[in-house]
Amino acid sequence: MLALDRVSKTYPNGVQALARFSAEIRQGEIVAIIGGSGCGKSTLLRAIAGLDRASSGTVILDNEAIASPHAKIGIIFQEPRLLPWLSVADNIGFGLADAPAAERREKVARALERVGLAEKAQAWPRELSGGQAQRVAIARALVPQPEVLLLDEPFSALDAFTRRDLQDHLLDLWADTRPTLILVTHDVDEAVVLADRVLVMRPRPGRLFDQIEINLSRPRDRNSPLFENFKRSVLTSLDRSLDRSVPDRDATQGPGQAMWW
Amino acid sequence: MSSDAPVLQQTSEPAESAAAPSRLARYARPMLGVLLPLTLALGWEFLVWRGWSNGRLVPPPSRVFATIVDLARSGELVRHIAATLWRVGLGFAFGVVAGTLLGAISGYWSLARRLLDPTVQALRAIPSLAWVPLFILWLGIFETSKVVLIAVGVFFPVYLGVMGAILIVDRKIVEVGRTFRLSGPAMIRRILLPAVLPAYVVSLRVGLGLGWMFVVAAELIGASEGLGYLLLDGQQLGKPAQILAAIVIFAILGKLTDWLIEIAAAPFLRWQDAFGRTRGA
Ligand SMILES: Nc1ncnc2c1ncn2[C@@H]1O[C@H](COP(=O)(O)OP(=O)(O)OP(=O)(O)O)[C@@H](O)[C@H]1O
Ligand SMILES: [Mg+2]
Repeated sequence: MLALDRVSKTYPNGVQALARFSAEIRQGEIVAIIGGSGCGKSTLLRAIAGLDRASSGTVILDNEAIASPHAKIGIIFQEPRLLPWLSVADNIGFGLADAPAAERREKVARALERVGLAEKAQAWPRELSGGQAQRVAIARALVPQPEVLLLDEPFSALDAFTRRDLQDHLLDLWADTRPTLILVTHDVDEAVVLADRVLVMRPRPGRLFDQIEINLSRPRDRNSPLFENFKRSVLTSLDRSLDRSVPDRDATQGPGQAMWW
Repeated sequence: MSSDAPVLQQTSEPAESAAAPSRLARYARPMLGVLLPLTLALGWEFLVWRGWSNGRLVPPPSRVFATIVDLARSGELVRHIAATLWRVGLGFAFGVVAGTLLGAISGYWSLARRLLDPTVQALRAIPSLAWVPLFILWLGIFETSKVVLIAVGVFFPVYLGVMGAILIVDRKIVEVGRTFRLSGPAMIRRILLPAVLPAYVVSLRVGLGLGWMFVVAAELIGASEGLGYLLLDGQQLGKPAQILAAIVIFAILGKLTDWLIEIAAAPFLRWQDAFGRTRGA
């Protein structure tokens, strides 16, 4: 389990990006984080990844405090961030440098197959399309089999069609080992398609505003009325989060009262 | 991807027909650059041949070429080239090693940069030839002072190139290394080194260019062999053809060694996605 306990972050320039963010995330859960621009979503993700340290509060994964990057936590950024001097296959195997060569080759081959890029194994990153590059980034993060995978707007630079394709892909891959997924997104549709629970954040300072359980079985039908309902709930909550006249509710409340309004 | 196939077929045809003129252009374009000097040289040759000029101070290409052949026959040429190459090679090696080490330290370790860099920059501001008298006093007139002078010339561009390249390595890529928990040495080997390689190759080429510049200076100051000596000898004995011969050989050697670096680096830089690449430069 991943426990965030009053995680706060104030940047050296005085910006309070994150204030007392608390949440508990079950192993294997898919959580979407949504909120207005600048409300601290990336900051939160970087604190969980151990890339930046929280100013106060703790991130605890399986009874272990996270202060620096951890083997059990993988991250996918908004850009693919492939290493341009490595072939696609070597990029995917980047996190397996310590594994025996045969095992590495085998895992990379399987991952390539899994993301549908087997014939691009020896290509350079510059030869990939944006969607293909992001799939390589997903494979690279998944190959070491992290327990928690963080995704910071991973599909936001892609067109709607490719995005859907990759969302399905991601769910597919997730089903293999069922890591915890924490996904930052601006796309309500994406949040409702993927997540078991949507956390809505509110800016200045960034904090938890609301959470919405998405009780829909998978695979989800994007056109079903229930799906539309959940989308509407998330949208409404998002609107309210940006409306300064709406007071904070106690963000530490359990998920049970998610639809309190 | 099956969906790629029709797109590929569509574009392949015009691409192929475009390849033919571009192949022509590839050979024709360098020829364009040769046109001007070639015309001038032939024109001058013609003028001297017709007797419109005696070509005493500006010998025509044929006379320069004859001088080179003469020097080669007597074995002098090889001796001079070897002496110069040896000096440049040695100075370049020392300069590169020192520049790379110090540049890497300053780039990687900010405390070292604060300690070291101001001094290096101050030294860099001194025109390197100003060291010559001191080097001669300290190290004598022979090989050591020459090699050191060349090494100093090579050092600065390499130092600056390495340090600068490390400082501007993309934080985003370094973060990828961090998320995979690379240790310090692994980070250097797997992220920093490949990331700085393109800039490093450029700094080596700049350094080599300066090395050639400084070998001339060093040999003009006092040498009994070397291409710079040929220059000086040609001046003192009034043999402009010999001076021009030495200059031509300098040009050829400079271009050749630069090209060697380029060739040696090319396999490591195939991944580059840069403007110059698409231009077949
Ligand atoms: N390195 C930094 N130094 C100073 N302030 C920062 C830094 N990074 C982010 N901030 C500030 O912290 C706040 C939260 O930033 P963050 O990047 O976490 O937002 P976000 O929710 O990810 O926004 P977006 O949806 O636009 O990506 C913003 O006000 C931003 O200006
Ligand atoms: Mg962000």
